[in-house]
Amino acid sequence: MASDRVNWNGSDVITMRYEAPETMEAAVELLSSDEGARVLAGGTDLLVQLRAEMIEPSLVVDVKRIAAMREITKENDGIRVGAAVAGAELGEHEEFKATWPGVLEAFELIGSTQIQGRATMGGNLCNASPAADSVPAMIAAGATATILGPGGQRDVPVEDIAIGPGQTSLDKGELVTSFFFPKPAARTGDAYLRFIPRTEMDIAVVGAGICLTLDDSDICKAARVSLGAVAARALVVDEAADALIGTPVDEAALAKLAEAASAAAKPIDDKRGTKEFRIQVMGVMARRTAEIALARAKAN
Amino acid sequence: MSAAEDLGYQEKTHELKWVGKNVTRTDGVDKVTGRAQFGADLIMPGMLFGAVLRSPHAHAKINGIDTSKAEALKGVKAVICRDDFADQPSEMIQVGELSVNIRDVIRNVMAREKAMYDGHAIAAVAATTAAIARKALKLIEVDYEVLPHVIDVEEAMKPDAPLLNEDMFTDGVDPKPDKPSNIAKRLEIKLGDVEAGFADADVVIEREYRTRPVHQGYIEPHACVASYTEDGQGEVWASTPGHFLVRAITARLCGMDVSKVKATASEIGGGFGGKNIVYLEPLAMALSRKCGRPVKMAMHRNEVFRATGPTSGSHMKVKIGAKRDGKITAGWAELMFQAGAFPGSPVFPAAMCAYACYDLENVLVIGWDVIANRPKTTAYRAPGAQISAFAVESAMDELARELGIDPIDLRLMNAAKEGTKAAYGPTFGPVGQVESLEAIKNHPNYKIPLGPNQGRGVASGFWFNIGGETSVTMNVNDDGTIALTLGNPDLSGTRTSISVMAAEELGIEPDRIRPTIGDTTSLGFNFISAGSRTTFAVGKATVEASRVVIDEFRARAAATWDIPVEAVVWEDGHARPASSNAGDFEPLSLEDIAREAKKTGGPIAGHVETNVSGAGPSFATEAVDIEVDPETGHIKVLRFTAAQDAGKAIQPNFVEGQYQGAAVQGIGWALNEEYIYDDKGRLENPGFLDYRMPVASDLPMIDAVIVEVPNPNHPYGVRGIGETSIVPVMAAMANALEDATDVRINELPLSPPRVLKALNEKNGG
Ligand SMILES: Cc1cc2nc3c(=O)[nH]c(=O)nc-3n(C[C@H](O)[C@H](O)[C@H](O)COP(=O)(O)OP(=O)(O)OC[C@H]3O[C@@H](n4cnc5c(N)ncnc54)[C@H](O)[C@@H]3O)c2cc1C
Repeated sequence: MASDRVNWNGSDVITMRYEAPETMEAAVELLSSDEGARVLAGGTDLLVQLRAEMIEPSLVVDVKRIAAMREITKENDGIRVGAAVAGAELGEHEEFKATWPGVLEAFELIGSTQIQGRATMGGNLCNASPAADSVPAMIAAGATATILGPGGQRDVPVEDIAIGPGQTSLDKGELVTSFFFPKPAARTGDAYLRFIPRTEMDIAVVGAGICLTLDDSDICKAARVSLGAVAARALVVDEAADALIGTPVDEAALAKLAEAASAAAKPIDDKRGTKEFRIQVMGVMARRTAEIALARAKAN
Repeated sequence: MSAAEDLGYQEKTHELKWVGKNVTRTDGVDKVTGRAQFGADLIMPGMLFGAVLRSPHAHAKINGIDTSKAEALKGVKAVICRDDFADQPSEMIQVGELSVNIRDVIRNVMAREKAMYDGHAIAAVAATTAAIARKALKLIEVDYEVLPHVIDVEEAMKPDAPLLNEDMFTDGVDPKPDKPSNIAKRLEIKLGDVEAGFADADVVIEREYRTRPVHQGYIEPHACVASYTEDGQGEVWASTPGHFLVRAITARLCGMDVSKVKATASEIGGGFGGKNIVYLEPLAMALSRKCGRPVKMAMHRNEVFRATGPTSGSHMKVKIGAKRDGKITAGWAELMFQAGAFPGSPVFPAAMCAYACYDLENVLVIGWDVIANRPKTTAYRAPGAQISAFAVESAMDELARELGIDPIDLRLMNAAKEGTKAAYGPTFGPVGQVESLEAIKNHPNYKIPLGPNQGRGVASGFWFNIGGETSVTMNVNDDGTIALTLGNPDLSGTRTSISVMAAEELGIEPDRIRPTIGDTTSLGFNFISAGSRTTFAVGKATVEASRVVIDEFRARAAATWDIPVEAVVWEDGHARPASSNAGDFEPLSLEDIAREAKKTGGPIAGHVETNVSGAGPSFATEAVDIEVDPETGHIKVLRFTAAQDAGKAIQPNFVEGQYQGAAVQGIGWALNEEYIYDDKGRLENPGFLDYRMPVASDLPMIDAVIVEVPNPNHPYGVRGIGETSIVPVMAAMANALEDATDVRINELPLSPPRVLKALNEKNGG
C-alpha cells in the first residue's frame, strides 16, 4: 500500500478492507457482497489509481492467492492461462512461448522487469484501457475469457470484455478466472507491435495484433487483425484480415492491409498522439506486424 | 609561503597524487544501499503531515477562502492560506544564476489576489496523517472567479491578451508604455553595428524558432520538515541545493529573524536548478508555528509538474550574416521567453550566451521576458543558454550548408578564443572552444560512415559558470584525520572532489578526510550549489583552508624544533626542515602533529570565508548521429559525443557523468518533452508516463571527451563543468535530422508526429 497511507500514529482513517481469498468461489462471494469491491491482481493499475485518488474502493479482493487462477494448463485443444498469471511466469512457459510468441511479446511489453513480476493479462484486459498491449494480441489469437460470477461460469471472446475506456461487460461480482488459447492450425504465426515515442515504459500510441495461417502453398487462408489505441476499445478489423486472406501476403496485400488498418482507426487527438499521426502509423504498424506473423507462420 | 598566497593556477612540477584520478565516492555506498537520507526521509516525534490545496484554474480571482470545515475535521491541527503571510515589498533577491522579486516569491508560495496557474498553492493543511490532510483539502471552500487565461508566449504578447498583472508596464522600453501588458521587460546585448555587418555579408540566414517549456525532471520531489517551537525558534530540513537560501526565504516570508531559522540540507535527489527556490518550506514553517508540532511536506509528482518551475518556452528569431569564405559579419537575434506566472525567465543569460561561442564584431540580441498562466520558471542547467543555442546553432548549421563548409570548420573559423571580446562584456582569457571543436573533429565517431536514414549533427555551447560566497571549515582531529565542513549540498559528487583537492594539498589519503555538509549555524554564509560553482569555488576555498592548516602545521613543527617557521616546509604529508641548513630533524607527520596538538597550542583548524571570483567559462561541442524511421518519424540516437572544457577534471568519472547527464537531458528536450495543456489551461501530462523523458533504453552510451584548458583562476585549473554540455544538444539533434532527411524543423520537440508531418510535407503528402 502507498506508504503515506500508513497509520504510523494509529489514528483510524483507512476504511478500505483487504481480503485475499484462496478460492474463486470465495472471491466471487466477496465481490458480490460489497458495492465498492475491486479485484486486485498485480495491482500495477489498481494501486496507481488508488494513489492518484482516481478510485476509492471499500473492499479490495486480492486474487493472487487463488492457485487455480495462477496456473498454466495444457488442455486437449489448447492452453489455459490463469487470469492472475504474471508476465514473468508466462514468459517461462516454453510451450506457450513457442505457440503464441505474439501474445507473449505483447504481454512482455508491459512495463519493466519489476512490473512484469506483478502484471497479469486479467488486469490488463479488465482495466479496459484502449491501449492495453496484450489485448489485441489475445484477440488476434482468438482467445476466450472464462468468467465466474454469482450466476455461474461463462466463456466470452476476449474482444467482448472491454467496452470502453475503464468499462467492461462484466456483471457485478464477476471475475475473469482464465484465458483459453485454442490450439492453432499448422502454419500459423502471430505477432504484436506497438508504436511508442520511447523504447519502453510508455503507453501504446497504436498497437496491432495479427494472427495468420498459411496453406501448403504459402497462401494466407485465415487471419485475424486487432488494432489497439485507435478507438474506445481494441478493434477486430475484418477488412484488414480480408486484405490478407487468399494472398501470399505480398507487397500488394500488405499495402491493402495498411490501408484497411488506417481506415478502421478512429483515434482521438490526445497527449499521446495526434489523430492524423495515429491513423498513418496504424497502417505502418499493421504492415510490419503482418510481416513478422508471416515469417513465423512460414517457420511453423 | 602563506595561506594568502596566490590561489591562481600553478603548473604542477610533480605528479598529482589524487587530483585527476578516480577515487571512491564518499556518498556512494549510502546511495546505492538506500541509507542516504533524502528530503522525505526524516521522521520526528509528534510529526504532522502537510498537504497543499492547489488551484484547478489557470487564472482566477480568489474572492474568499473558507477553511472552517477543514479545521473542524478530526486530526487536522492547522490550516493556512494567504492571510497567514504578510505581503512583501518589491525587492529583487538572487537565487542561483537568476534573480526573483520577493513580492512574487510570496505570491508563488501561496496565492494572494489571484490563482495564476493550474496547481498554484491556495491553502495548506497539517494533520495527523497524510490521508486526513488530503481529506481536509477537499473541505476547504474557495470562491474563485475564473478569468480568461493565456498559456503560449506568442499569445501572451498580443495587445488583447488576457492580462495577468494590471500593474505591469514593460521595463526597458523608451518611452515607458502607458498600458500594462504581459511583457515584463525588454533587454539588449549589443556589440558593434549589426546593420553594417549585414551590409557586408554575402550570405544571410534568417529563421524563426520555437521551443517548449521543459521540466528539470529530478527524481526526488520537493520535500521538507519544519519545526517551530514556543520560544520562536525554527528549524527546517529540506532537499535543497542551498539551505542558506531556504533559511533566508523562510525567515523572510514567515517574518522571522535569520538567526531564528536553522536550516539543514538533506541529501538531494537532483535539482538541476529547479530547486533554486522554495515552495514548501515557508508553508511547513507557518503550519508548525500555528500548531506547535513538526510538519512534514512532500510533493507528489503531479504537484512537481504542475507547480514547480520548468524552464521557459520560447519564440526566437535569428539572423546571421557571413562572407562566402565563412567569416561571420553579424549575428542578430530576438528572444521571446515565457517566464511563467511571474517575471524572471532566463532570457538575460540566453541573450548573453547566444553568440558567446564566436569571435564576432557585430552582435545584437534583444530579449523579452513575458508572463503567462503557467508555473513560474526556475533555473535549468545553463538557464536560457540552451534555448538561444537551439536557434543560433541551428542557423549556424544552415549557414554551413549554404556555404558548403563543414560545420566544425565554420565554427573553428569563427571560434571565440583568448582575447575575444564577448558581446555581453568581458574579454575571454584562455578558453577551450577551439580545443572542444577539434576534439570532436578528431574523434573516431566523427568519421564513422552513416547508413540510410541516418544523419550527423554538430553544435557548440557556452556557459559562464560562477563563483560566489563560500565558507569552509577544516578541523584536524587528534588522530590526524580531517573533518571538512562545507556549506554546499552535494548534487554531483562535489564532496568527494573537494576532499580530493584537500588530500592533494595536505598530502594524505582522501579517505582520511570526512566531508560533511554543515547546517546554517555551523558555517558562514554559502551561496547555493548552482552555476557549476561548487567544485570550483568551494574547492578553491578548501585549498585555501588547507593551506591555512598547513601553515599551522609548519608553525607547530617550527616551535617543536625551535627553528623559524620559514625554515619548515610541508611535503607529502610531513613537516620537514627546508634544507640541511635548517637543522637535522626527523620529519613530523600530520598524525604526529595532530597527536601533540594539545601540547603545542591546542586544536588545529583552518577556516575560510570568502567571495570566490574567477570562474572560468566552459565551452562544449557535441556531435550526434541519429536514425530516422521514415514511416513513423521516430528518431533513434545512435551515438553521441560530448566534448567540453573542464579546465581540470578533479574526478574524471564525475565529469564524464555530468557530460552524459547533460546530454541525456538535452536529448529528452529535443525528442519528446513538452507540457500539454487543455483548453482550460490545465496541465494534462503531470507525470513521467506522459511527460516523456528518455529512459535508459532510448539512449546509447554517451561518449564524453574531457578537454582541459586550465582556468588561470583556480589552483588546479578547475572550471565549472555541470551545465555546458546540455547547451548544444537540441540544435545538434535538429541538425542531424536535416542531415538524415533533408527536413529542417525549427520547433521542439522533434516528436514523431511533428517529424512525420514534416516528412509527409516533403514527400508532397
Ligand atoms: C510502470 C508501468 C508501466 C506500464 N506499462 C504498460 C504497458 O506498456 N502496456 C500496458 O498495456 N499496460 C502497462 N501498464 C499497466 C498495467 O501494468 C497493465 O495493465 C497490467 O496488465 C495490469 O495488470 P495487474 O494484474 O497489475 O492489474 P490490477 O492493477 O491488479 O487490476 C487492473 C484492473 O483490472 C481489474 N481486474 C484485475 N484482474 C481481474 C480479473 N481477473 N477479473 C476481473 N477484474 C480484474 C482490477 O479490479 C482493476 O480494475 C503499466 C503500468 C505501470 C505501473
